[in-house]
Amino acid sequence: MKLYGKYLAMLLKSQLTYKASFVMTAVGQFFVSFTAFLGVFFLFSRFHEVEGFIFAEVLLCFSIILAAFSLAECFARGFDVFPRLIRTGDLDRILLRPRNVVFQVLTSNMDFTRLGRLLQAGLMLAYALPVSGIVWTADKLFGLGMMLLGGTATFIALFILYAGISFFTIDGIEFMNIFTDGAREFGKYPFSIYGEGVLKLLTYVIPLALFQYYPLLYLIGRSDDIRLLFLPLAGFVFLLPCYAVFRLGLRKYKSTGS
Amino acid sequence: MIELKNVCKHYKVAKRSSGLSEAVKSLFRREYTSIQALDNISFTVRDGEAVGYIGPNGAGKSSTIKIMSGILTPDSGTCFINGRVPWRDRTAHVQEIGVVFGQRSQLWWDVPVADSFDLLRDIYRVDGSAYRRTLGRLTELLDLGELLRTPARQLSLGQRMRCEIAASLLHEPKILFLDEPTIGLDAVSKAAVRSFIRAVNKEQGTTVLLTTHDMQDIEALTERILLIGKGRILLDGTLDELKRRRPSQRKLTVAYNGDKLPAIEGLSILKDEHSRAELLLDTELLSVSEAIARISAQAEIKDVSVAGESVEELVVSLYREYRI
Amino acid sequence: MKAYLSFFRIRFLAGLQYRTAAWAGIATQFAWGGMNLLMYAAFYKTGADAFPMEFAALSDYIWLQQAFLALFMTWYFDGEILDAVVTGSVAYELCRPADLYAMWFVKGLAVRTSRALLRFAPILLVAVFLPAPYSLGLPAGPLAALLFVFSMALGLCVIVALSMLIYISAFYTVSPLGVRVLAGTLMEFFAGGVLPLPFFPDALRTILYALPFASIQNTPFLIYTGHLRSREALLELLLQAVWLVLLVALGRFWMRRAIRRTVVQGG
Repeated sequence: MKLYGKYLAMLLKSQLTYKASFVMTAVGQFFVSFTAFLGVFFLFSRFHEVEGFIFAEVLLCFSIILAAFSLAECFARGFDVFPRLIRTGDLDRILLRPRNVVFQVLTSNMDFTRLGRLLQAGLMLAYALPVSGIVWTADKLFGLGMMLLGGTATFIALFILYAGISFFTIDGIEFMNIFTDGAREFGKYPFSIYGEGVLKLLTYVIPLALFQYYPLLYLIGRSDDIRLLFLPLAGFVFLLPCYAVFRLGLRKYKSTGS
Repeated sequence: MIELKNVCKHYKVAKRSSGLSEAVKSLFRREYTSIQALDNISFTVRDGEAVGYIGPNGAGKSSTIKIMSGILTPDSGTCFINGRVPWRDRTAHVQEIGVVFGQRSQLWWDVPVADSFDLLRDIYRVDGSAYRRTLGRLTELLDLGELLRTPARQLSLGQRMRCEIAASLLHEPKILFLDEPTIGLDAVSKAAVRSFIRAVNKEQGTTVLLTTHDMQDIEALTERILLIGKGRILLDGTLDELKRRRPSQRKLTVAYNGDKLPAIEGLSILKDEHSRAELLLDTELLSVSEAIARISAQAEIKDVSVAGESVEELVVSLYREYRI
Repeated sequence: MKAYLSFFRIRFLAGLQYRTAAWAGIATQFAWGGMNLLMYAAFYKTGADAFPMEFAALSDYIWLQQAFLALFMTWYFDGEILDAVVTGSVAYELCRPADLYAMWFVKGLAVRTSRALLRFAPILLVAVFLPAPYSLGLPAGPLAALLFVFSMALGLCVIVALSMLIYISAFYTVSPLGVRVLAGTLMEFFAGGVLPLPFFPDALRTILYALPFASIQNTPFLIYTGHLRSREALLELLLQAVWLVLLVALGRFWMRRAIRRTVVQGG
């Protein structure tokens, strides 16, 4: 843990070496998600609601998924740019050091400009919290925290899966974007609006709906089953199979050295 | 102690085709060729030895280094390093080795070198007093003083390589692998790097295994040479043995005062024009010094040179001999 | 023309080598388009009267957008060109007898067409056979089809002319990355990449339609769907052409100044 702190300080120090570029990129990141927000805003000024969800409820959903994504992207950036680690040979260097590989990949890269998006998420949350009409009792605040934690874990798991698959096919890895960037994009809305099939896929195969849709139902009072608030924990369980794929990929890498 | 026995490794490489119709075909079907990178490699390196691992590009040098450092698993064969199988017991193994890649950096680019070292200390779990001792010694030997405060990106190649080597030795590894450590360095930096590696090998007793294309590295640093070509060990011996194996025919070029050299026993004249002669000498019949003595008995020598002296030429002739 | 063909050939062949990448890209774009349609379907269910166009027309719009993504991508900038400008190695290019603006322009065209050519057909083909409101319909008529092709070509030239301005701006900025991210994002938004332009609020839409960004993909797609009919379509086509002329003129003028400045500074 102390070592993690050291890595963090070092990476922060290096990124702040180029201050102007850092600020510009962070601002850019902010705008990328800001246009997504405007898209939602324009749609709601036309339609006012979707599948019974009002603007503030959608914003709640959007801010949580965006916050979880940007946290994961900032701290698990090493997995997000994993094909680059393979190409530059930095992965070899990692294998030459007497520490856990996952730990080293996590600490190989952190992109703090991604926190520009976190700011955007924070602003939306700050707006949505009071106007959503939800009475923020302790259980609901707890649910919000669970969604954020579970969401971050799910995205980190997806990044690890992405890295694991990139051992097998670097060329075909673009497809995984549907589950990372795509989840961020389409997770702006509760996943139920995409229909039964998509919801099932995101419940049973990739647990994206478990930290987004179901706990949201409890928060906005559509369901009073408090067990829904614990579903985001599935994100942590999801880390296991993703890690297994990564280990498998690593074993293949060691035998082909590609 | 490094022990490799019958290590084999092959790669599958996709054929990249040229031309439109070929490219369209490869959209649907791709052909692979198999390349035997290592073919039954066996050798042993004792503790404290310094070994030069040489061979042309693509001969299998880096595959061997990767296997020995635990990054790559071989298809078959065994490899024991200090009693461990590198790829099976990675963490414990890498704690005892240091690896320097001449072409790649292990320092963090934007921060002062000292910060990188500090982080490495924590990664390798080196305790405070041992670290201070090692760093002090390395700083003195490699003359790092000023460099430690400089960000790695601002260092010259030679300065950076000194820091890279120091970084690989902070945890006092028993074995040091160097992959082309002097590539791209100027003469002064090369000399500094060589003398340091020699010191580490002689004084600390660190086992050194070094790949290089620079024969001066080999001459300066190693007693023993492994020559690899097309995935096979072609030669394993000392530099002297290697020298003894060189072809017995040598070419002498002599500049002399006079018109024409008379015939000399044991030497055949290849060319003799404008007071310059090229002679072929068979060292099994006549040594170089005897040959020169005989020539000087016949003519006044102004200058003489003997080809085939440097290790470089030696290796070139070996490459040719083994057709690699 | 010859330069275009050789750039195109190189890029196209290079693209063909990465067959897995091509298939993965097609699958990704297909899923992306599908999810978008499902989302709009939900909004359609909520308020069909507030929908600015037929749902089938929206399907056309989305599928065309996915199929020709590589042609109109607003966030793509040529790394080689930007590097050349930032590192100053562009000076060597200036020694050559070729017209630099034209060279870069042609390269931009070649990269985009070669990429799009590898990907558009499978997406369109599958989209045509989807169930009714989600499928890609045929163009609104033979005239619409013809105008669509012209409009696509103009749209492609407009986005290339716009990205030329970004390359030229790199002569002036130290860190082009920030500018690039920002410009790419804003252009995407104004071009209708985030939300199709017909969905924008009326006042804003009127302004956006007049800006060059609408000329990139929005105009050809709306011609295809029949949203813009004969006279309107011709007028929009004219607007595209006007923007293209203006942007090229601006780009050439600005580039001359930027180069003169670089040469004077010895950069």
